[in-house]
Amino acid sequence: MSTENFRKYCCITCDMIYDEELGMPEEGIEPGTRFEDIPDDWTCPECSASKSDFYLLK
Amino acid sequence: MSKETAAMLSIPRSQEEGQITTWISLKKYAYLISLVLPLAPISSCYLAVTTGNGLWLWATIVFWYFGIALLDKYFGDDEANPTDKMVEELKSEEYYKKVMYLTVPLLWAGVIACAYTVSQYEWSWFSFLGGALSAGLVAGIGVNLGHEMGHKINDRVQVFFAKMALALSGYGHFFIEHNKGHHKDVATPEDPASSRMGESLYKFVKREIPGAFRRAWELESARLKRMGKSEWSFSNEIIQPAIATIALYSLLLAYFGPIMIPFLLIVAGFGYWQLTCANYIEHYGLLRQKNEKTGRYERCQPHHSWNANQKVSNLILLHLQRHSDHHAHPTRAYQVLRDYNGVPNLPAGYPLMFVYAMIPSVWFSIMDPKVVAWAGGDMDKVNIDADKKDELYSRYHNPEKKAA
Repeated sequence: MSTENFRKYCCITCDMIYDEELGMPEEGIEPGTRFEDIPDDWTCPECSASKSDFYLLK
Repeated sequence: MSKETAAMLSIPRSQEEGQITTWISLKKYAYLISLVLPLAPISSCYLAVTTGNGLWLWATIVFWYFGIALLDKYFGDDEANPTDKMVEELKSEEYYKKVMYLTVPLLWAGVIACAYTVSQYEWSWFSFLGGALSAGLVAGIGVNLGHEMGHKINDRVQVFFAKMALALSGYGHFFIEHNKGHHKDVATPEDPASSRMGESLYKFVKREIPGAFRRAWELESARLKRMGKSEWSFSNEIIQPAIATIALYSLLLAYFGPIMIPFLLIVAGFGYWQLTCANYIEHYGLLRQKNEKTGRYERCQPHHSWNANQKVSNLILLHLQRHSDHHAHPTRAYQVLRDYNGVPNLPAGYPLMFVYAMIPSVWFSIMDPKVVAWAGGDMDKVNIDADKKDELYSRYHNPEKKAA
């Protein structure tokens, strides 16, 4: 698995950040999981916003 | 709970497209009745001035609390839910945004019309109060518009109009506190904007208003800090709408004189009060369960909000009352919010529920049994006021009842 170019995505509603490098083990998302590989029906664990409501942090 | 019952919980009611197409097409234009709230005070000011009868200045308030309730009673619930296909068509249609862009300047005109009328003519204190409360209600409707548009963070035009709508009551910090605070903590004891069972509206407000401001300021400071900016900068999104509020209030004071001091205090106070009432009724007693292992609360689901599906009040409030879907899908546009099966329902639209909330004994007698039924008699599953815990447990706690 490439450890380069991990990205961060931010929830548009509550600002929660999904960091690809860290994943979310407590959500069953392993470290290194690309955002696009998270299931589409996954929602923000903080505020329940849809996956499509996350934007890429640059 | 049987599997079938669980499957019935919290699902958007589906309908055949043919059943609802006509109403949804008509509803597009029916949202224009939401303009009645900025237009009512303008008309009532005109009538008060032309007839010389100051009681007209109370017309908007009477319509808000009682007129809408009668219309809700007459027209009943809104059975229509857009199908998935309709959602795709409706969600980005510009028309629905334009309704809100039209409303915001009318809200400003409503407040200015009331300010002009109460200051330029002689009225009794009672008529003055009616005019000031009408303007405050318009400012409260501004919070509703600010709420809807303040969720569309990636749309600069909507965010601008949201700030202008919130500026009327000086509640510019709302959309920060609401999005990043309330949507995260909703239906938990940590949320100053979710009321607890046994907590009266008058106790709630003392926790809600300061709690909301504190949370907004902390969130905005943290955001600016991440950007390497000072919290006292023009990038501060609490300061931006505050400047609009100060400009409007100063101009009104300069043009219409010192009578604007009590007037504007009532406008801002009553605007805040509308939001307090809405926050109070939207999640009363409802509690998300905490996962002890992760320390995180379960996700907010449709059954963590009180829903109200009355047709007229929903049109006037742009579906704010379809609150279950709103919290489950916070960025969903008002025109595509859906009604759900298996969610807790309020017995009336918001304005009448606000009246009940203002009379705590009436509120508790209506709502406490509903909260208990929602929790299946298990008070451990209720967001409860610590001061009332013993009393409410001894009265209602009966988790076996449902199991039997």
